[in-house]
Amino acid sequence: MFGIPSSMPGSVFDELWRLQQDVDELFGNWSSSGGIRSLPRGSFPAVNVGHTPERVDVYLFAPGIDAKTLDISIQQNLLSVSGKREISVNEAATYYRQERFSGEFRRVVSLPEDVDPERVQAQYRDGIVQIRIERRESARPRQIKIS
Amino acid sequence: MATNSEVSSRRPTAAAAGSAASSEQRGQAVEAPARPPVDIFEDRDGITLLADMPGVSKDRLSLRVDGNTLVLEGQVQFELSEGTEALYADVRSSLYRRTFTLSGELETEKIDASLKDGVLTVRIPKRAELRPRKIEVQTR
Repeated sequence: MFGIPSSMPGSVFDELWRLQQDVDELFGNWSSSGGIRSLPRGSFPAVNVGHTPERVDVYLFAPGIDAKTLDISIQQNLLSVSGKREISVNEAATYYRQERFSGEFRRVVSLPEDVDPERVQAQYRDGIVQIRIERRESARPRQIKIS
Repeated sequence: MATNSEVSSRRPTAAAAGSAASSEQRGQAVEAPARPPVDIFEDRDGITLLADMPGVSKDRLSLRVDGNTLVLEGQVQFELSEGTEALYADVRSSLYRRTFTLSGELETEKIDASLKDGVLTVRIPKRAELRPRKIEVQTR
């Protein structure tokens, strides 16, 4: 029913595998001191932030939410995301585990100073909210030619 | 595959890339897969399991019954800009994995699963003959 990655055709698998490595390399071995606004591990939703000279990408791992109800705002270089995930409880059933987050959440992410709050895009896919914020042109490294 | 071995020798820490099983077989140090949070409840007809697996699409999800063990596995994928560097990361593993031991009254051939917005729902029915029966108390 569900394809196991190792059974995929060679070329497709190679591609996926490379992508996988990028993710692992990028976030897997990363360690640094905690940000002042960061939350303990296990908080909902989990957040990853990546950047390039052109833009900053914020990923919120928020499965099972209605993306339309998310409140995303940016002020200067502070990005706030709030929303809720209500999990209905089946009263007639016996619960053995209830580990999934239910309720309201809010996360504030501090971004580099040079982000442009006018150029922000957000999308929701497979339970991840991706927010892409472009950086100001002037802050990008420029190639200077010797004449 | 030639390309794979070449890349893996250059980046040994990314061994989690393939399936967890094949990495273990190679005996390399692998970052522990993340354990997805679950809700599990039972009603008259069976057991329902919900697991949070954000970033896993249907084709990256593996759900199987191995003997009496239910194995959930999924690989995280999200769109990265070329040349991205990490600034902050709560999620440091790109693989989810969790296993559960099933019991005999569950009908493992009839497991039903669906995946929506990163939430996996698994429904495991009980064998009909083993569903609880109401026992009437007779009064005289």
